[in-house]
Parts: sequence; C-alpha cells; structure tokens
Amino acid sequence: MAINRRGFLKTLGLAGVTLTVGKSFGATKDKKSATEFNGILYDSTICAGCQSCEYACAEQYGLPTPMDSPSPGIIRKTDETRRVVMNSYNTSKGEQYARKACMHCNEPACASACLTKAMIKTDEGPVIWREEKCMGCRSCMISCPFDMPKFEYNSPNPKIQKCRMCFELMKKGKKPACVDVCPPEALLFGKRRDLIEIARARIYAKPEQYNHSIYGEHEVGGTGVLYLASVPFKELGFRDDLGITSYPEYNKTFLYSVPAVLVLWPAFLLGLNNALFERKLKIKKEKEEQS
Amino acid sequence: MNSEHPKGFLQFILDELKPKGKIFTPFNIISGITIMMAIGVLVNRFSNGLGSVVHASQELPWGLWINFNVITGVSFAGGAFVVTFMVYILGLEKYRPIVRATVLYALLAYMFYAGALLLDLGRPWKVINPIIGNSFGISSVLFLVAWHFILYMGALFIEFCPAITEWAAWKRYRKFFVSLTLAVVIFGIALSTLHQSGLGALFLMAKPKIHPLWYSEFIPILFFISSIFAGLSLVIIMETINQRVFKNDMSFIHKSSHRNIILSLARTCAGALFVYFFMTVLVFIHGKNYTYINTPWGYWYLVEVLGFVLVPCLIFMAGYRYRNLILVRTGAVMAIAGIILNRLNISTIAFHWYDKTVHYPTWMEIVVSIAVIFTQILVFRWIIRRMPVYRESPQWVSGESQNKSFINYEKRRKKWKVLAE
Repeated sequence: MAINRRGFLKTLGLAGVTLTVGKSFGATKDKKSATEFNGILYDSTICAGCQSCEYACAEQYGLPTPMDSPSPGIIRKTDETRRVVMNSYNTSKGEQYARKACMHCNEPACASACLTKAMIKTDEGPVIWREEKCMGCRSCMISCPFDMPKFEYNSPNPKIQKCRMCFELMKKGKKPACVDVCPPEALLFGKRRDLIEIARARIYAKPEQYNHSIYGEHEVGGTGVLYLASVPFKELGFRDDLGITSYPEYNKTFLYSVPAVLVLWPAFLLGLNNALFERKLKIKKEKEEQS
Repeated sequence: MNSEHPKGFLQFILDELKPKGKIFTPFNIISGITIMMAIGVLVNRFSNGLGSVVHASQELPWGLWINFNVITGVSFAGGAFVVTFMVYILGLEKYRPIVRATVLYALLAYMFYAGALLLDLGRPWKVINPIIGNSFGISSVLFLVAWHFILYMGALFIEFCPAITEWAAWKRYRKFFVSLTLAVVIFGIALSTLHQSGLGALFLMAKPKIHPLWYSEFIPILFFISSIFAGLSLVIIMETINQRVFKNDMSFIHKSSHRNIILSLARTCAGALFVYFFMTVLVFIHGKNYTYINTPWGYWYLVEVLGFVLVPCLIFMAGYRYRNLILVRTGAVMAIAGIILNRLNISTIAFHWYDKTVHYPTWMEIVVSIAVIFTQILVFRWIIRRMPVYRESPQWVSGESQNKSFINYEKRRKKWKVLAE
C-alpha cells in the first residue's frame, strides 16, 4: 500500500488523538468504579428537630447562628448564610421534622453544568465547590434539581454556599460536624452502601414505623444523603417527580452530537457548495457552447 | 502602506474617530443619558455585589442580563449564519448587499452580549479559567457555548475584515482575508448550529423547574430553528430602519435591491416559522402536553405559539404572496416579539413556575440592558458611517474581487486543475 504524505499525517493525527484523549477518558472511569462514596443517612423518625446540626454547621463554617426555629407551615430554606435547615411539617402521622441540605448526588447536575470544574464530585463522596475555579455564572443553580447551591448576591467577591459534607474533616478521618453533634443520632455517617443496608434493616425491623422506601436510593440516579421517614416523602416537602435518571444524562444526547455536527456539518456544507457551483459551471459552459 | 494615507495612518485613525454629523440628536441624547446611568449602576454593582442592583433570587439565578441580553439577543444574531449560508454556500447572489451589515450586526451583538455576560458573572476575574485550560469542564454545555462564542466572534471578525481592510486601505491584507471567507463561513455555520442549540441545552437539566409545556428534550433543536427566523426577522427590521437612517451612506445597489431582498427573506422566514411551528406541535403531542392546556399556563402557551409563531408565519406568507412590505415588516416585528416571549418564558416566566412570587427586574437592570443595546447601535453607526458596509468599496477593489463566490470558485477550480495536472 502506497502511503503519501497526506495519508501519513492523517494516521499520525488519529493515533495522537486516540493516545491522549483515549487514555484520559479511560483513567477516570477506572478510578470511579474503584471508590465507594461516603454518605449521610437521616432518619426523620428519630429526629427531634433540635437544630443542633444547624448550630454545629454555622460554628464550623463561621456562619451566623440561626435565630429562628422550625414550625409547621413555615418553610425555611437554605441560603447564603445557612447550609443546612431543619423544617417541621404537619403530616398524616403528626408533626415530623426533615433536614434539608445538599444531597451530594452520585452524578451531580451542578458539577456537570460547571464549566470550570469548580463544583466537583470528590472520590470520597462530597460534592464540593472550589473558590479558586468558580467564575460565578450560577449555572449550577439552574441545574440543581434540589435548588441547593446558593449565591452571595450581596458581596463584591461572592461565593457559592452549600453543604460540603465537611470534606476537610472527612479527610482527617472525622465525621461531618452535623453528624458528630446530633444528640439522638438521627444522622449517620458512613459508606453509602452500608447506609442503605442499615436503612433497609431499620425498615424490616419496624415495618409499621417506616414508609417503605429510602429517599435518595434511586432519586436522580442516587444521592449521597439518604432519608428515612414514617410518612411519604412528599409530605415532608420532598419532590417525588424528579425521576431516577441521573441529571447529566439529559445533556448527554446534545453533548454527544457536538463532535458529529462539527465533523459532518462542514463536510456537508462544502459538498453542497461544490455541487451547486459545479452545476452552475456546467450550465455556463453549455450556454457558451451554444452561443 | 503609509502612502495610502497622506497624513500618516495614525492621523487617519484620529480623524476617523471624530464624530460625524450632528451630536445633539434626540437619539444621541437619550442613549447618552442611558449609558451614563448604566455606568453608575455598574459601579454600584461591582462595589456592592450583584444583589445591590439586580432582583436577586436564589430560585431564579439568572436575571435580565443573561436571559434577555445573552439568551434572547444571541438568537437575533443568527441572521449572520443564515445569510452567509445563502450567499457563500448556496451562491444566492441577490442577498450579497446585506451580507456585510448582517455580519457586522452579529459581530457586535456577540461582543456586547458576551460583555453583558461578564457583567452578570459573580466572579468575572475568573473568566479566563475555562479558556486557558487549567480547568476545562468538558461535560458542561456552558463550556461549549462559551468556547463557541469566542471562536464564532473570531470567525465573524474575519468575515468582516474585508470591509475593515478596504476602509484602512490595506490592499494586501484584504486579499488574504477574502481568501479565508469560505472556510470561515463554513466553520461559523457549524459553530452557530451548536451554540444556538446549546443556549437551549443550558436548560436541559432544569427539567423539574420549567413548566412541562416549555420543557422538552428537543429544546436545543427548537432553539436552533427559531434562531433562523429570529435572525432573519431582525435583518428585515434592521434593513428597514437602515434604509432611512443611513440613506447617505448607502450605495445605489443597496437601495434598489432592498425590496426584493426583504420579500425573499419573508419567504424564508415563513418556511422556518412553519417548520418551527410543526416541531412545536409534534413536541406538544408527543409530550401529551394537552393535559395542561386548560390552565392559565396553557392559555399563555397558546398566546405564544399561536399568536406569535403561527400568526407571523401566515403574515409572512401573505406579505410574500401580495408583495407587501408593510405586512412583511409586521410579521417580522411579531416574530421578534415571539422569540423574546419564548426565551423569557423558558428562562424566567415558566422557570420555577410553581413559585407563587413573581419576580420583576429592577429599573437598574433594565437600564443596563438597554444601555448595552444602545452602545451596540452607536458602535454599529460609527462603523457604517466610515467603512464600506452599505457604501461601495473603494476604487482599488477591482470588479472581480467584489468577491462573488461563484467567480471565486471558478478561479479556485482553475488553480486546482493546474496543480493537479
């Protein structure tokens, strides 16, 4: 087979691309499957709504101490000054509490939306925001199905505030501040897989006490924070229409079509241009011959 | 090159920078005041944070500057890729007179709307992060859109360079840029396809937050198709206005071809609108969205889809059929209103639709939004008054290098033939 210069360069280019790109794509996948994410299990049937988690979180991150307390009918939301809130709901089984904070999704929408990788899913499990990367575009807030990233609108050097599952403490081998402080141990910290087992065991042990599902086991492709409750989760202010597809999947078709469009579209346009102009040329020649 | 400019190139630039025409016209006064106010607002914004200026909300993180100036404004810049497609790829020479103005409009639109994006970024000094390569978020749609903005701005600039070189009398550079045109046009169309649809894809992950009537997995395709008639409708309106405003800066060929071009554009618009309407209906039926139609949101949806997509489509058709410019212009205005409605519906009005509170932009947001548009118009006018956009090219540009694409093709082909033999 004869090899000309163009063919040789093409092969070389292709080989180069496969070597560099192929390797990096493969490597991340291997790493992911080898790790097991940490998570938090919150059991609403144990929680007494004491807000210790809120105080501990505020202290840990130098945020203002919460002044209000949960009461049914009032929905407290996380914002730029509080990363975790406790809410109280009037449910079919009386007043129940629910803790709301970042869910630390297995495949987070926020990290997939981030164009600077400021928001990342760490190998340990927490989804963390990194100040030195973020440019403040807030597309993480657009994408998050739980509306958890919060933006400091009133600061000239704004940050995104959200729970980071105390990533720094975790690296030192400690539990997150809120889990550590929780008096009735409504919060449990551990490997996500173990937490699901514990949650199932609790449901089996007291089937009449629990709603027989774990919120976060499948929702949005699985989340790092898992919930147990005695009532359907909708009554505790959770959305039940989020689906079990991981959110980055919704982008996938579009993103996969990008290289195809970039390669095929110009080729098609060039071909179209050539075909049309060739025809014009032919018509012109025929006319010239006739005259 | 100094020989072209008797007083030297620097003096030429300084002379050109001086304003031409009356300074205190009503338009200049209004735009001047708006821009001054916007500067004041922006000083406040950068010293006290976004919240001091915009209607800050954790639920609706993007305000007017992104949802109106960037997401809506960029769809109106779509005219450039459609017109260059028609002229350079299809060789439809009748649209040639409007190519430069359209490309210039798009170039400025991208520059100023990307500028608006910078104003809205919380931490704009980090904007280089996704560009210089220290943190590429390749799984992000916004990453793609950002890069395509930058590359497309470059492409548009090169497409416009022949006009700049003619103005500055850089004969040799002109030849170089003209030779790049076809390649850049093709690249530009591919980029436009992807980032126009990419702007829609930004909302793909906001599935639970957008009203199901507006959300579908086909948002990117709908955004792309609608950018075609959005861009062309804007070209129709822009040409109509420019015919009056820039009378003295316009060559005979521009004035005489105006009517024909507008009518042909109307036909294309009608076609694109019909395809868009058809796609919207398909999405509506496949998504089983008729269950929502008998609600206030459903009525609002019907206003958008019937009143501002179907009606302008019919008006365009009638305008083309009866060769009536007024009908065409009415259709264009309605189509533009429809696009604004659609983009704002997806990004703001039907976003977090289940929230009871309604968010209105602050007057300061609106002032900055309008000031961005005014600045764009002022720069546009400055260039039109000086460079051969609507005017005839200078004498030294010989007839054949008015860069007729077909003649260029013929020449190129001959060259290749010689090379091949």
